[in-house]
Amino acid sequence: MKFALFLGCNIPARLNQYETSTRAVLGNLGVELANIKQFNCCGYPLRNLDYKTFVLAAARNLALVEKNDLSLLSLCKCCYGSLKKADHLLKEDISLREEINGILRKEYLEYKGDVEVKHLLSVLYHDVGIGVIKEKIEKPFSALKIATHYGCHALRPSQIVAFDDPVAPSIFDQLVEVTGAESIFWPKQLECCGAPIWGVNDDLSMDLTEKKLTDGKQSGADYLCAACTYCHIQFDTVQKIMLTSRGDNHNLPAILYPQLLGLSMGIHGEILGLNMNHLPLSGIEDFFFVPEVVEEVVREPVVKAAKT
Amino acid sequence: MFFNISLYLALAVFGLGLLYKISTWFRYRIGSEGRGLSATERTSAAIKGITSTLLSGKVFTLFRVFIVDVLLQIRLLRQDSLRWLMHICLYLGFMLLLLMHGLDKFITSIIFPEYYSTINPFMFLRDLFGFLVIAGIAVALYRRFIMKLPRLRTGAQDYYGLIILAVIMISGVLLEATKITSYSSYQEMVEEYTVAADEEEFRALETYWVKEFGVVSPVVKPPFDEELLKSGREAHDMTCAQCHSKVQWAFMGYSTAKIISPIALGLNRANIAEVLWYIHFLACWLGLAYLPFSKMFHIFASPLSLLANSVMDKASSSPANIATKQIIELDACTHCGSCTVHCSVGIAFESIPNLNILPSEKISSIKNLASDNHLTEQQLRHLQEGIFLCTNCERCTVACPVGINLQDMWFSVREALLDRGYPEFLMLSPFSYYRGLMRQSLVEDGYREPLARAREAIAAECHLMSPDKLIPLSPADRAFRSGLSLSAQASNFSVCFGCQSCTTVCPVVANYDNPEEVLGMLPHQIMHACGLGVRDLALGSNMLWDCLTCYQCQEHCPQGVCITDVLYELKNVAVKQVREKIPGEMGISL
Repeated sequence: MKFALFLGCNIPARLNQYETSTRAVLGNLGVELANIKQFNCCGYPLRNLDYKTFVLAAARNLALVEKNDLSLLSLCKCCYGSLKKADHLLKEDISLREEINGILRKEYLEYKGDVEVKHLLSVLYHDVGIGVIKEKIEKPFSALKIATHYGCHALRPSQIVAFDDPVAPSIFDQLVEVTGAESIFWPKQLECCGAPIWGVNDDLSMDLTEKKLTDGKQSGADYLCAACTYCHIQFDTVQKIMLTSRGDNHNLPAILYPQLLGLSMGIHGEILGLNMNHLPLSGIEDFFFVPEVVEEVVREPVVKAAKT
Repeated sequence: MFFNISLYLALAVFGLGLLYKISTWFRYRIGSEGRGLSATERTSAAIKGITSTLLSGKVFTLFRVFIVDVLLQIRLLRQDSLRWLMHICLYLGFMLLLLMHGLDKFITSIIFPEYYSTINPFMFLRDLFGFLVIAGIAVALYRRFIMKLPRLRTGAQDYYGLIILAVIMISGVLLEATKITSYSSYQEMVEEYTVAADEEEFRALETYWVKEFGVVSPVVKPPFDEELLKSGREAHDMTCAQCHSKVQWAFMGYSTAKIISPIALGLNRANIAEVLWYIHFLACWLGLAYLPFSKMFHIFASPLSLLANSVMDKASSSPANIATKQIIELDACTHCGSCTVHCSVGIAFESIPNLNILPSEKISSIKNLASDNHLTEQQLRHLQEGIFLCTNCERCTVACPVGINLQDMWFSVREALLDRGYPEFLMLSPFSYYRGLMRQSLVEDGYREPLARAREAIAAECHLMSPDKLIPLSPADRAFRSGLSLSAQASNFSVCFGCQSCTTVCPVVANYDNPEEVLGMLPHQIMHACGLGVRDLALGSNMLWDCLTCYQCQEHCPQGVCITDVLYELKNVAVKQVREKIPGEMGISL
């Protein structure tokens, strides 16, 4: 099983732990990853400026993957959504595809429409399978309550992204539960994290993030779990900014899904880049299942950054 | 005489140019760093910074970087072994030629008292070093003109660099070849170095040199007399061999000499050797005098950039030194195009004809900005747009072989340009994401104002709804209604029957007590406005710019209207409309 790993722009620059933890986890599951150096922006930010430029950027990535005869594995859900959307448009609209290919041919590239765009979670769920993952779990969690955040661009528009049931998705919950953690019900699970508007209208962005954090905490979550670059940065980096600019501490740090899975597979926290998260995850190892412990221990993750 | 005068002149221009360029390091700035500081203050900050670095443990870092990145250029090797080979050939070959051959009177003959340019190893090495440079030029030409890397651009300075090197090298080789074949050069040598002997002996020596040393004589021609050759060889061993190695060792000159030998007598009569000699040294002087102003100045600035960036960062270095470093970085750029080849949004240049999208070309614009050359509004806005079309992926910074911190440079220039007050519409997109993450490093007002300005500019263009403003309704726009010139997927707004599901599920609408006051029109109203063809209303709504693109509306529309896609493309229309108003704007070409 081999995929072309699409990192996008943010991961190499400011979310390295997402790459290292993904590589560690997928390596453990026997999934091979190809690195295509010539990838460019997925097109997501370009959509606001010009529709065809967006399709062009996405198409170049798809053409590169097609040239290598692979499927694309995206870690970011905004990249996933954009690539899916562009792929759909290029398949539907022959004249658009011709126009875009006309430009790509200058670089000896062409997109015929033979690439499957996948997200990390869909690869884990559909291609690897829960059963295989389960066999690799060495240190299951217990009594760890996780609020899973699906991410808008993976779920919607459902006809195009076809990731999971857009109203009652379950892939992510199942993938979290395989680690022994509990995926809690929380009403705002499918809402936006606020990231798309960060930098444009920060107040609005923080309002939305705050609603999610409040809801997650009220529903009893110990950690928020995302599998998207933007969502994670929002719940981690931006939550930390909110500590100073809004002064409220929700005590709900975020963990990337491959970090969570990696821990339960017994992979060392350093490889998973736990200390690279802005809000500390140091408390999470208390949740490993220890058979001989009888007494209930109060487990509260502490957001230390609040004091700095 | 002429040689010396022209040399001193070139040296003087070079020296003054060097001083001038170094002074710009402390006088110019591109960002807000170093604002209000005089050149003297910046110079003393630099001296302070350098001293404290040299006295700290960082000196080991500097040493390592000097060996690994400056001398061995490992950053380049990691990227592309062919380019590394090219540059090592050029710089090693040229430096060694300069030291051994160019400065032979001052260096080589002092270290090696027995130095003669005509004996080995010097004769061979001169050709070897020259060969390295020529090989380097050949690879550079191949890379720039045959490989055709996408979006790699070759500018006047790149041509100049290759041409000046090529002229120096080729004239040198031709000069050597002409001198090898030259009969008059041979005669001069004989006069100078041989003790008077009889005719027969001269003839023998000449025969030997014609046969073995490539001299083309009007008198002696093949076939050669074996006896003469033998005694010629004896004479050669006695008088010449000490100071003249076998000329075949000068492999480039000798092989060229063989090629030109049929016309050698003519070249000798026309005294072409002297012409080549003038071309050779004058090209050297030109290269020297123009060096501080050409891209070749990177031989000074690039090592500094590599060293400075290994011990400096925005967080701990003084702003004065950051400003100085950034100007050095501009001089360090060799326009090699690594940044552009690796740029994550470089592909956008194929449909948006703004050269400033490409990092390597942005640098040229920023050079003009730094030297305060008067840039027109259009040029400034182009640069601003180019700098905003950047996902801050850092690939340019990682790729730069001379270690320029491009990411920081874009950040500084971006803020400096926004300060000038031209609205930037790309701010209202995820291109602002990184700026948002960095907001704590900016002054609050400086952070918010440009965002407000961008919205106001669009509002002014589209007559944003506001309670105290009359809205001049433009007549229903047929073309607009019949698809907004949007793609097919986003043209189905007319089937909206106004159920308001989109507005009900919108998290942005839900965030406000009185959403219409903040957002202007709500999603269902925008769909309706589109259906009616009321252009201004649709484009002027704040809702467009505050849309999260979370697709809740589209997912929940019972009519299957692609609401989010319509909002996306309305933004495209608005941006296009406002861009067209910029003086001299070219627009999007796709």
